[in-house]
Amino acid sequence: MGLKIIVLAKQVPDTRNVGKDAMKADGTVNRAALPAIFNPEDLNALEQALRLKDIHKGSTVTLLTMGPGRAADIIREGLYRGADNGFLLTDRAFAGSDTLATSYALSCAIRKIKDYDLIIAGRQAIDGDTAQVGPQVAEKLGLPQITYAEDILSADKKKIVVKRRLERGVETVEAPFPCVITVNGSAASCRPRAAKLIMKYKHARTISERQNQSEDYIDLTADRPYLNIQEWSVNDIETDHQWLGLTGSPTKVKTIENVVFQAKESKVLSGTDAEIEELIKELIVNHTIG
Amino acid sequence: MDEGKVADVSLELLTKGRTLATRLNCKLEAVVLGHKLKGVEDQMFPYGADIVHIGDDARLDPYTTLPHAAVINGLFTEQKPQIALLGASTMGRDLGPRVSSALVSGLTADCTALEIGDHEDKKAGKVYKDLLYQIRPAFGGNIVATIINPDCRPQMATVREGVMKKEIFSAGHKGKAVQLDVNKYLKPEDVVVKVIERHMEKSRVNIKNSSIIVSGGYGMGSKENFRVLYDLAEVLGGEVGASRAAVDAGYVDHDRQVGQTGITVRPKLYIACGISGQIQHTAGMEESSMVIAINNDPNAPINKIADYVITGDVMEIIPRMIKYYKKNSK
Repeated sequence: MGLKIIVLAKQVPDTRNVGKDAMKADGTVNRAALPAIFNPEDLNALEQALRLKDIHKGSTVTLLTMGPGRAADIIREGLYRGADNGFLLTDRAFAGSDTLATSYALSCAIRKIKDYDLIIAGRQAIDGDTAQVGPQVAEKLGLPQITYAEDILSADKKKIVVKRRLERGVETVEAPFPCVITVNGSAASCRPRAAKLIMKYKHARTISERQNQSEDYIDLTADRPYLNIQEWSVNDIETDHQWLGLTGSPTKVKTIENVVFQAKESKVLSGTDAEIEELIKELIVNHTIG
Repeated sequence: MDEGKVADVSLELLTKGRTLATRLNCKLEAVVLGHKLKGVEDQMFPYGADIVHIGDDARLDPYTTLPHAAVINGLFTEQKPQIALLGASTMGRDLGPRVSSALVSGLTADCTALEIGDHEDKKAGKVYKDLLYQIRPAFGGNIVATIINPDCRPQMATVREGVMKKEIFSAGHKGKAVQLDVNKYLKPEDVVVKVIERHMEKSRVNIKNSSIIVSGGYGMGSKENFRVLYDLAEVLGGEVGASRAAVDAGYVDHDRQVGQTGITVRPKLYIACGISGQIQHTAGMEESSMVIAINNDPNAPINKIADYVITGDVMEIIPRMIKYYKKNSK
């Protein structure tokens, strides 16, 4: 039984290790200084998809990402780890999308891909932490959803059984195909890139990327079609423009403030024995500890 | 609901909702869905609820997404609430986006503050009165964004447990309980996901109610180095917390994470070790009565909200704190 699986993935700025050069002199975030990475929980999602593919021969794993042209890196990364193909959804028309407009665009692309049993995505992306796109895509497609998935326990022709990780425990649920699953960071880590697949896919490019490179690249996909990363603009999928981008986003950002801490009067200690002992004594005397 | 009791986060939202409703001069209504809910409204009236809508049906317990979404979508379409607040629990974060997508309304996740204010759209020449300002850190906590939904209703937000205060509005406050006709909203095709098994455990660690928290960040460097924090927490009678970066790095489990996407704490003493202090973290601990920051970076942002800053190596300072505590305490 081969399953057709779509994995939703996002390229995100690595907000986990924001160094000093990540803030500009005016206090705004310097996105250019942050490396762009495969959203961590989307890698957990990819692993769940690849495991299903390992078990169910004849399955395919298709990556779908929306973002700027450079997000094709995400597709390549996925191919290196075992995905079969990928789609990059990229257009100015999608700029400024909030989660709802993003979900709408993704759901239109999924409708165009059409043939699928399962959609798997990371629970949330580290640049927004909203956890909304998965459930919203499910709603737009009218599919059941399983969020906070930690492990896919079994799958047969009709249904899938999934272990969910909740705040205070675990839950096992069963859902019919097709459905949407969002995967928690506590799930298994993604397998590394395979050397063979790197060799196979290192020249995989979108049409825009090929056009920006030498002549040879343009012909490259003629005899090796798997090196073509499908690139879709807004015109390649069926959409109603009122639901796209800024117009299609009910939430608006009113203001953005950079974080400025109200400085307290802090006492600065250099950590000598005498200072530490004095501090501990003070905390004991004022009943903070002890 | 949590074993027959209304969850803390819901009572916290009622408290906040009461303030917002009074400011907007409107009613505060609550929706509770589940099974065997007799008398549940009495738990909610003291927190200021004017109307409690109760959907009591076996298909609504245990929680699954579609039946809950169907009832809420139906109810919201009829009642057209201005604002809808949900707890940012795994349940609320599962249900909220589903509802917001169906109703095409905006939803802001994990808000740390909610206020009422106006907005002028200069381009369109429109002024919006009394919008819900949904305030949350974003971009890994490097910025704080105020989000509004000018045109779509309800304006939806989720808030994590412990972020808002839970306060009785009036012990004698009485509202009205309305039983919902669940069959009106629920279709058979909504009941397709089955819960086969559930293991709920009491949270093993209870950092929320601990008066002393020794917290570690990415700067701790390894899981092994966290050991000294457990040692210090043990002698002081506290709990170990962690920043998100430390959790992501696998140094410690998620149930100890303090911050916007973790737990909000208000201990007597918070000792932040190797934590830089992104707002994502400080949003969850800035109301601590006293903060000691131990960090080898003299310019770490956490230092600005600390009462005491010890600049140096955590691995070298903590054992001496333990030593001097043992020496000086009786």
